[in-house]
Amino acid sequence: MASAVVTRDAAAGGVAVRRTRRGRYALRGLALLYVGVLVVVPLVVIVGKVAGAGWTQLTDALGSPSAVTAYRLTIEVSLIAIVLNTAFGVGFGLLLTRYRIPGRRLLSAAADLPIAVSPVVAGLALVLVYGPIDGWFGAGLAGAGIRVIYSLPGMVLATTFVSFPLVLREVVPVLDEAGTDMEQAARVLGANSWQQFVRITLPTIRPALTYGVVLSLARSLGEFGAVRVVSGGISGAGQTQTVTLLIDDKYQQLEGGTYQLALLLVAVTVAAIVVASLRRPSPGRPLPRRNDREER
Amino acid sequence: MGERELTRLRAPSAAGLGVSVLWLSLLVLIPLAAVVTKSFAGGWSGFWAAVTTEQAVASLRLTVLSALIITLINAVMGTVLAWVLVRDEFPGKRLVEIVLDIPFALPTIVAGLVLISVYGPTSPVHLDIYGTQKAVAFALLFVTLPFVARAVQPVLMELDVEAEQAAACLGAGPVTTFRRILLPQLLPAVASGAGLGFARAMGEYGSVLLISGGLNRTEVTSLYAYGRIQNYDYVGAAAVSTVLLGLSLAVLLGLDVTQRRGRRRG
Repeated sequence: MASAVVTRDAAAGGVAVRRTRRGRYALRGLALLYVGVLVVVPLVVIVGKVAGAGWTQLTDALGSPSAVTAYRLTIEVSLIAIVLNTAFGVGFGLLLTRYRIPGRRLLSAAADLPIAVSPVVAGLALVLVYGPIDGWFGAGLAGAGIRVIYSLPGMVLATTFVSFPLVLREVVPVLDEAGTDMEQAARVLGANSWQQFVRITLPTIRPALTYGVVLSLARSLGEFGAVRVVSGGISGAGQTQTVTLLIDDKYQQLEGGTYQLALLLVAVTVAAIVVASLRRPSPGRPLPRRNDREER
Repeated sequence: MGERELTRLRAPSAAGLGVSVLWLSLLVLIPLAAVVTKSFAGGWSGFWAAVTTEQAVASLRLTVLSALIITLINAVMGTVLAWVLVRDEFPGKRLVEIVLDIPFALPTIVAGLVLISVYGPTSPVHLDIYGTQKAVAFALLFVTLPFVARAVQPVLMELDVEAEQAAACLGAGPVTTFRRILLPQLLPAVASGAGLGFARAMGEYGSVLLISGGLNRTEVTSLYAYGRIQNYDYVGAAAVSTVLLGLSLAVLLGLDVTQRRGRRRG
């Protein structure tokens, strides 16, 4: 009697398991198909196109003078933007999580704004304020001989704008989770603020910081819309072309080398993602859970 | 967060706060205020006239509709992706993780170029959607692919499987278990990811630029605004930009409010 029940249960369980397994395979297939059609197939086709065009095409496109000028400009703009956003992200993050600040929630929301802003709108916003002819501050700056829009500072501002909160958003939750116990202990033991920062705070936020910096790097290198607006879309003006602008320009002019340059950016992006995923301990969110800390 | 002791601002930290807020204002707040101000340069009537031109209305309708459609698709497919990545085990899963992040980080113009090479006039798979509204939606699906999956994944990882096992023991099929046990717990994360994706899709520019073919029927609002800027019609550009800003902010604010309320209840 008892054994009959067990076998019937086992049989029912077997059916259920089989049914769930079939569902599992169906879902897995659906997910892989979706990602495949959307992302993998296009990337494979690009690789195929570049490979089909041949090695000399690739080296010619990547080594052309306009490309080299564009690399230099892109790297310059991105580095400045990353330094600015990292300094702001860490500094403002510490202020938000460690000090009593009036209107903290409002400030934090304001810093998140750029996430929700279209790159074209970001570019327009900067032109309206820093444009040389009738910008709010731009006219005065132009009078003082400082050119912002249609020149390097404008591109830096646009790039900084679009990647503005990326470091801050990664660092703040970690600072919140970590709490101030260790920093207070360090202070009691006689550490000054710099020592507290370097010995305690920085090691705590380092993985999140690296992740945020890598995200900013990818976003900065690839920024297109905002930079296109502030650089005035001057085609052929090699000086104000970043790599993304150059790709667009070459495509519109039906010049060769578009896919080669695009593939270069794909490679850089994938490298950045791999680095970031190695830095991020689990796929999902960063770093110490409150429970882990308490158990320790 | 509230109970923790927070330090009072002293001279150096107050100066740091001052510099931060000044920088935030100069880079983000004042420029965005300038957009809103500019859009009302001709008063209410000027604003209204600028956002109700035929092409402005068409672009706004296309933008909002396609953003809504792709948000629905994202909500479903993102949940499926998250479930497969958390609960399923198969060779090459790490690779899928990496591929899933590519749309986040890939430059939008490259995304557009990549899509056009596969689904454009020279399509190797004979699927030419160049210059159609389908192409716009496709580009938006590409750039917003990871939002829902990445929002749901950590929540799903935290969930106990015991409630699901109990439901299964009590005779619930997989669909019932999902609908009654999993979905209610995942819904806030799905909504937050979908909302972020919606805001992103509303402002998308680079990936849509090439595959839309520069036609009127595929002109999303950011493309329209860019065209206005090039014609030095800053009021026209600022007016539709203000509408975009307002819509994105409303979505994000709505998410924030519902989530805070949910957390308080839970």
